[in-house]
Amino acid sequence: MVTTATTLSPHQLLDQVMDPELPFLSIADLGILRGVETVGTRVRVTITPTYSGCPAMDAIRKDIESMLDSHGYQPEVVLSRAPAWTTDDLSPRARDLLQQHGFAPPQPDHSVGCPRCADGPARVVSRFGSTACKALMVCGSCGEPFDLFKELR
Amino acid sequence: MNVLGFADDNLILAQRLSEWVAAAPDLELDIAVANIALDHLGVARALLTHFGDLEGKGRTEDDLAMFRSERELTNLLICEQPNGDFGQTIARQLLFDSYQVGLWEKLAGSPDEVLAAVASKALLEARYHWQHSATWTERLGRGTEESNRRMQSGLVALARYVDEMFDEHQDLRRGFDERLTPVLDESRLVLPKDPFPRRGGRRGMHTEHLGHLLAKMQSLARAYPGVQW
Repeated sequence: MVTTATTLSPHQLLDQVMDPELPFLSIADLGILRGVETVGTRVRVTITPTYSGCPAMDAIRKDIESMLDSHGYQPEVVLSRAPAWTTDDLSPRARDLLQQHGFAPPQPDHSVGCPRCADGPARVVSRFGSTACKALMVCGSCGEPFDLFKELR
Repeated sequence: MNVLGFADDNLILAQRLSEWVAAAPDLELDIAVANIALDHLGVARALLTHFGDLEGKGRTEDDLAMFRSERELTNLLICEQPNGDFGQTIARQLLFDSYQVGLWEKLAGSPDEVLAAVASKALLEARYHWQHSATWTERLGRGTEESNRRMQSGLVALARYVDEMFDEHQDLRRGFDERLTPVLDESRLVLPKDPFPRRGGRRGMHTEHLGHLLAKMQSLARAYPGVQW
């Protein structure tokens, strides 16, 4: 069943579009949602990539289109690169959510505390992790490996 | 500004770097190299698309990446050089990253707004690449006699391709030296001055290595034009 356009606003719908690699983070919390312009049922959504080659951008674009489309809107997704995304664009909520899900939020230096035992110091295993936005760390105290959301600014 | 040249540098380096995937000395390096290659590919795609728009002949990023021959590619020669051993790869990456950080800093102020936006984004990534290259240079340079020897041979093999990077941007040479020299000094390495610098990449005059790289990179798209995968 197609819900009519009036039930949920584009903003409310976009809050339900998650990053495919960090499915607990909405694109708004991640800071890659740059603008929403609505004229009637037409919605123009502007997003920005976290990294130039982020392969998740195509999936995110499709998720936005299908989310809006299935609620009676006609979406148009635009990619904008300026100003460049930095980790300063993460919402405070995003930092809490990362912590809760076992990721260390970005830190200015690499003096990162382990998100599991809250102890430290952790050391860098690799500056590049399983996706472009993460680095791989290991806790010096409990020995547990964990992902750090890389500082980029 | 030479949008196509910058696009080709990133395209060819991305392809070259990705040859390490599943073959790097350890799993973390596999992942690191793949990530760096992906950043370069993302930049290449954006700039190829932009060049296609500027050119106005309707060529897409895929047309430009997959259907130009060796003589039409305008990348710097250093980008197409073989990976060699891991020491030589790190030598190439350190040299190129030290150049590219300065280039993006400059182009971030370009009057071409699309180029400036791509450059501002790529600058943040290039600094991170540079840190990775510098860390590994130090590790290899100060590691064992063998790791130092290999990294030093890499620098010797690549020295002849350094000057070409500055042909269009003499003003970037100083920043390059300032980024590079302290790292090499710390790592007990030197970049020799090659008496016969090679150039010509920007005019489509390449070393023998580019053709082989293109043969692999373009074979699928040329065998099945328009294929989706």
